Amino acid sequence: MKSMLAVIRRDLLLAMRRKSEVLTALFFFVIVVSLFPLGIGPESALLRKIAPGILWVAALLATMLGLARLFAPDHADGTLEQMALSPSPLGLLIAGKIVAHWITTGLPLVLLAPVLGIQFDLDGGALWILVVALLLGTPLLSLIGAIGAALTLGVRGGGVLLSLLVLPLYVPTLIFGAGAVESHIAGMGAGGHLSLLAALLAVAVFFAPWATTAALRIALE
Amino acid sequence: MSNNRVVQWFKYASPQSFYPLAGRMIPWFWALAAVFGAAGLWISFFVAPTDFQQGEGYRIIFIHVPAAWMSMFIYLVMAAWAGLGLALNTRLSGMMAQALAPTGALMAFLSLWTGAFWGKPMWGAWWVWDARLTSALILFFLYIGFIALQAAIDDPRRADKAGAILALVGVVNVPIIYFSVKWWNTLHQGASVSLMKAPTMAATMLWGMLLMALAFWMYSIAVALMRVRAIILEREAHTDWVKELDEVRS
Repeated sequence: MKSMLAVIRRDLLLAMRRKSEVLTALFFFVIVVSLFPLGIGPESALLRKIAPGILWVAALLATMLGLARLFAPDHADGTLEQMALSPSPLGLLIAGKIVAHWITTGLPLVLLAPVLGIQFDLDGGALWILVVALLLGTPLLSLIGAIGAALTLGVRGGGVLLSLLVLPLYVPTLIFGAGAVESHIAGMGAGGHLSLLAALLAVAVFFAPWATTAALRIALE
Repeated sequence: MSNNRVVQWFKYASPQSFYPLAGRMIPWFWALAAVFGAAGLWISFFVAPTDFQQGEGYRIIFIHVPAAWMSMFIYLVMAAWAGLGLALNTRLSGMMAQALAPTGALMAFLSLWTGAFWGKPMWGAWWVWDARLTSALILFFLYIGFIALQAAIDDPRRADKAGAILALVGVVNVPIIYFSVKWWNTLHQGASVSLMKAPTMAATMLWGMLLMALAFWMYSIAVALMRVRAIILEREAHTDWVKELDEVRS
């Protein structure tokens, strides 16, 4: 557990020293979201209807940006091999890296999303649901994405391949995440969607670090 | 005694002994595919009655339904081979998974394509965001991802293992995706169209469909075996037994 915290601290420190990477993904999120009203038109009734979907799709894409860099630098400088050789279980260390990835890419999205939601004329309750759904959903994106990042580590055309592998697996997260906000707006309550998101998160927390570790060991062979 | 028999079967896990076995099996599966296909097509075109609601257009289900079944079934088989390969570290398992993937992708594509042909006259739309259509599309994406990942990795053993993990992650996700898409659709609106057929299906229609499914099954096995033979030759090209094969020397 202590080694996991150390990995989290190290990755956060590295991210703070190179702020541009984190901020790029964040501004990517903002820009993508702002492009949609320009393409679709400014009618607020329509924008309110499509806002959850747009925010969620933009969040998926923004998470993808950071994924390619999740293991690549550590693989390049040999840190990953040291981790595999270390006495603490590799799964825990990898879980630490995933947590750090979520704190640097997922959490800022969660905090920024309500501001962007206001641009789309969402009301207070819907913004709350959006934040809660993103809070449950973005760790899921980091966890699933880590499997893809480990599988494509050091592979030709890894970045494009990564999105091909990971985006289909993001479908349930997208559906339940955006669905929570939509059903709240429709007056049906978001409880069911949020529970399903939390259930997916519980499953992913258990399996994803394990699958990621197996994929990393293959990449390190 | 029985133990010995089991061990004898295990020898086919090596590419060297599986290669000739596959070669002997392929003509049989082709023959079966032709027989079942001919019988199934005969029933579906000449014996099965015209549907009183859908007219002659419904006959595309004799291709569509078997293709959709095979696309799902092949993914399961592929994941099973992949899991076996990871667990037992056998080379042939990875080759089988790799050989099955293009056929599965073809079946998924075929089911989407024929579904569009069926949907246009019946629903008036080439595509609707129905739960089954959407999950079939995502299944197709999963196949493409598997093929792309294997193609991108140069070392065949690493490609096998990475593909195996992806296939296993996919097989866990397929039911989740299916139900999420289903609920997504039903939460929005009542399904305006359902792929479920009329409750009573004429027995001849069912027979036609089953025979066509068997034909697709045999075709898939035959093609997968041919492809696995090609993969074996490619990967084992450096070995002596491959160099001594008649088809390689000539």
